[in-house]
Amino acid sequence: MSAPIELPKWADVVLVPLVSVTAAFVVAGLVVLSIGENPVEATRLLLAGSLGSGEGLGFTLYYATDFIFTGLAVAVAYHAGLFNIGGEGQATVAGIGAALVCLYLDFLPGVLLLPLGILGAAAFGAAWGFVPGWLQARRGSHVVITTIMFNFIAATLIVHLVVNVIGEPGLTETRAFAAKATIPYVHELLAPLGIALPTSPLNLTFLLALAASYGIWLLVYRSRLGYAIRTVGANPGAAVYAGISPARVIMIAMALSGALAGGLAVNEIMGVQHRLLLEFTSSYGFVGIAVALMGRSHPGGVVLAAVLFGILYQGGAELAFETPTITRDMVVVIGGVVILFAGALEGLFRRLVARGLGVLRRVRAAAPRRAAAEG
Amino acid sequence: MNAYGKTSAPAASAPAIELVGIDKRFGAVHANKAVHLTVERGSIHGIVGENGAGKSTLMSIVYGFYEADAGEIRVGGRPMAIRSSADAIRAGIGMVHQHFMLVEPLSVLDNVMLGAEGGALLEKGEAQARRELARLEREYNLVVDPDAIVGELSVGLQQRVEILKALYRGADILILDEPTAVLTPAEASALFSLLRALKEQGKTVILITHKLNEIMAVTDRVSVMRRGEMVATLPTAETSPPALAELMVGRRVLLRVEKKEHVPGDVALAVEGLSVVDERNCLRVADVSFAVRAGEIVGIAGVAGNGQSELLEAIAGMRRPTLGRIALDGRALDPAEHGPRTLRRLGLLHVPEDRLRTGLVPAFEAFESAALGFADDPAYGKGALFDRQAMVADLAAKMEAYDVRPRDPRLRTSKFSGGNQQKIVLAREIERDPRVLLVGQPTRGVDIGAIEFIHRRLVALRDAGVAILLVSVELEEIMSLSDRILVMCGGRITGERRPHETDERDLGLLMAGVTERAA
Repeated sequence: MSAPIELPKWADVVLVPLVSVTAAFVVAGLVVLSIGENPVEATRLLLAGSLGSGEGLGFTLYYATDFIFTGLAVAVAYHAGLFNIGGEGQATVAGIGAALVCLYLDFLPGVLLLPLGILGAAAFGAAWGFVPGWLQARRGSHVVITTIMFNFIAATLIVHLVVNVIGEPGLTETRAFAAKATIPYVHELLAPLGIALPTSPLNLTFLLALAASYGIWLLVYRSRLGYAIRTVGANPGAAVYAGISPARVIMIAMALSGALAGGLAVNEIMGVQHRLLLEFTSSYGFVGIAVALMGRSHPGGVVLAAVLFGILYQGGAELAFETPTITRDMVVVIGGVVILFAGALEGLFRRLVARGLGVLRRVRAAAPRRAAAEG
Repeated sequence: MNAYGKTSAPAASAPAIELVGIDKRFGAVHANKAVHLTVERGSIHGIVGENGAGKSTLMSIVYGFYEADAGEIRVGGRPMAIRSSADAIRAGIGMVHQHFMLVEPLSVLDNVMLGAEGGALLEKGEAQARRELARLEREYNLVVDPDAIVGELSVGLQQRVEILKALYRGADILILDEPTAVLTPAEASALFSLLRALKEQGKTVILITHKLNEIMAVTDRVSVMRRGEMVATLPTAETSPPALAELMVGRRVLLRVEKKEHVPGDVALAVEGLSVVDERNCLRVADVSFAVRAGEIVGIAGVAGNGQSELLEAIAGMRRPTLGRIALDGRALDPAEHGPRTLRRLGLLHVPEDRLRTGLVPAFEAFESAALGFADDPAYGKGALFDRQAMVADLAAKMEAYDVRPRDPRLRTSKFSGGNQQKIVLAREIERDPRVLLVGQPTRGVDIGAIEFIHRRLVALRDAGVAILLVSVELEEIMSLSDRILVMCGGRITGERRPHETDERDLGLLMAGVTERAA
């Protein structure tokens, strides 16, 4: 048992993540060094590839969009004391929801079709999150176990649907959606205004992700529902005492979590691929766990962490392309190191930072005394 | 100033522990201000002080949970750097926490060995532990069956296991943090004889408590802390409870509550044939019936864990009773319909026994904790969003009225001392004009100054015609506040008394389940 580590808020929010990221880059640098490449050059390539060009930036923010949604999904569940690792499955099923709307309701005008498609994704994702929530609340089946299982079920369900039911014969995807059923790209949207941006998959879903972040912040920290969610997560005994039903809150939080994971499907299916295809989630549902951990489950933190992961994904791809010895797998290792340091080992640096601040305070307290003694 | 160079062998007369200028801050809170303390070898040393006075912080520093910002700890005359509990154990310091650190499904032997198994295979260590336990049993008359399962032992025996654990690790100095909070009077006096036996054998005991009669009964010397400072260290024989109380609070305090004869009104809360079965299918409350009238305090005495908690929870709507009826103002309640929210609206309010697990959310800012149970109050904002300013202002006013310190509604709940947290809970419930108030352990872990305040509030509320059901394991509290006393043991009510026609011995017998009154 050890005492809880108390830090000033600025250190908690800024200093600790900064130290974590720096340590991650140092260790990742050692990995790069060990295969005989220059870590400084690698870092330069990574940053230039992700932030140095309009195209790179577009890709970075496109990735960040996915990570914001899956990060928020994990964060909301976490506030209710739940560890939702089913973002992958929820996003998959949400993709089916979006595709059903976009494929079969495309007689509707675009202004109706797009919101309906987004709602379809959210509703299907919510349903896929709700069932494990219900099982947890009413049957006591642990949500970690059930959400993993639901990932497998979702993965199989989409194969069956696409291959046997709604897909193009002989292909593992559906037909392309009508143009009005797709969310506009940012570069397309800005072109008529005379702003020429390089082509990138960045689409308006990014704004939706930012809006969702603000909405979730409002919900969690400012609303009555968020109060109930946080009470259940922080102190279930107090929730029962207050007359808040933990079972009800668990089901709501899981449904909300699933709906947010659906944002990944909106970005990928309606924003970029414009058709339903297999494995469009690319494990980004799991990345959301690291994003939420690093963002400390605060929507603002989630956005920042999502952008950082966007930089890693996009910059990493460029790095692998430019430096043949640094393979894709190597980039995954570097990403893993960052997740390890920023997420899992956060406690390590909290202790370190607390010690450092303590020493600093003592030195500062001793300085005037010394000056007085000398003077 | 620096004594690190000195490594000479300690003199035989060196004090067991010396604290020199211990200083500790938590952010803005100055928990220990240059504290000096000398504990003589082979003595029982009491430390008293209000909650938040810094005695727990001080002992946490001695036991290595916290590191002091400045100052020195000397054990047996030698300066020691104690950075973890492992360091403390190595220095011969053992601690018995208020909440036991035991593994309930394991045997006494397993628990004693835990962390000191002596190798990968248990056999050798087990044999040694068994021998050692037998020795300790002979020396201190500390009788516990080494093969008993800890979870099946009484609380008093579990505490003995904690003490055995410390002794097994070679503790010469034993720190006990509020050790009698969970004991019956008889168990407490057994503990005190054990402490005296330890002292006879040359061990040093540091006793942290807020019960002044225990200090008087068992300690040789007593130190008083107030607001982070050590204000006095006295031989116990030369002081008295009122003098200690005054030192603790810094002013004169009334240890007993003054109250008028009560004028009971109509029955406000009626409980009939109530039985409660818990999650493990154990019968916790068995066929309990009683009534509380308006303007009356009914106290329920009993050793913790005899069904009082479940009884309170059932009445408060947090737990479904298996059998029986509860009526509020003559109106029968339906458990399916009358949850905690509805009951609050009907005027049944509840100060729960455990403020940290139930009454508050420690991680929340205070004003959020102060809305617990009343989050749907329109005064806290219309619609889905809170009006945080209104909530903060509401708590600020209550903090003023209840003298909560610091008066900061935005401070995290866990940063308030126990007494101040309790005042936040009380303010939240009392200021909602209860008809019936359920109060569980209102002064557990609360300092003397706040106890006086809380008791006066409860009596004022009773005089204003509120029906109060008080559950407490503190007999003194039950006897001084209640108009009628019910005693619970094993889920049943074993007796009813008027406070002026009973005493601690009589109640102690009822608490132990002896229902026949000697004729």
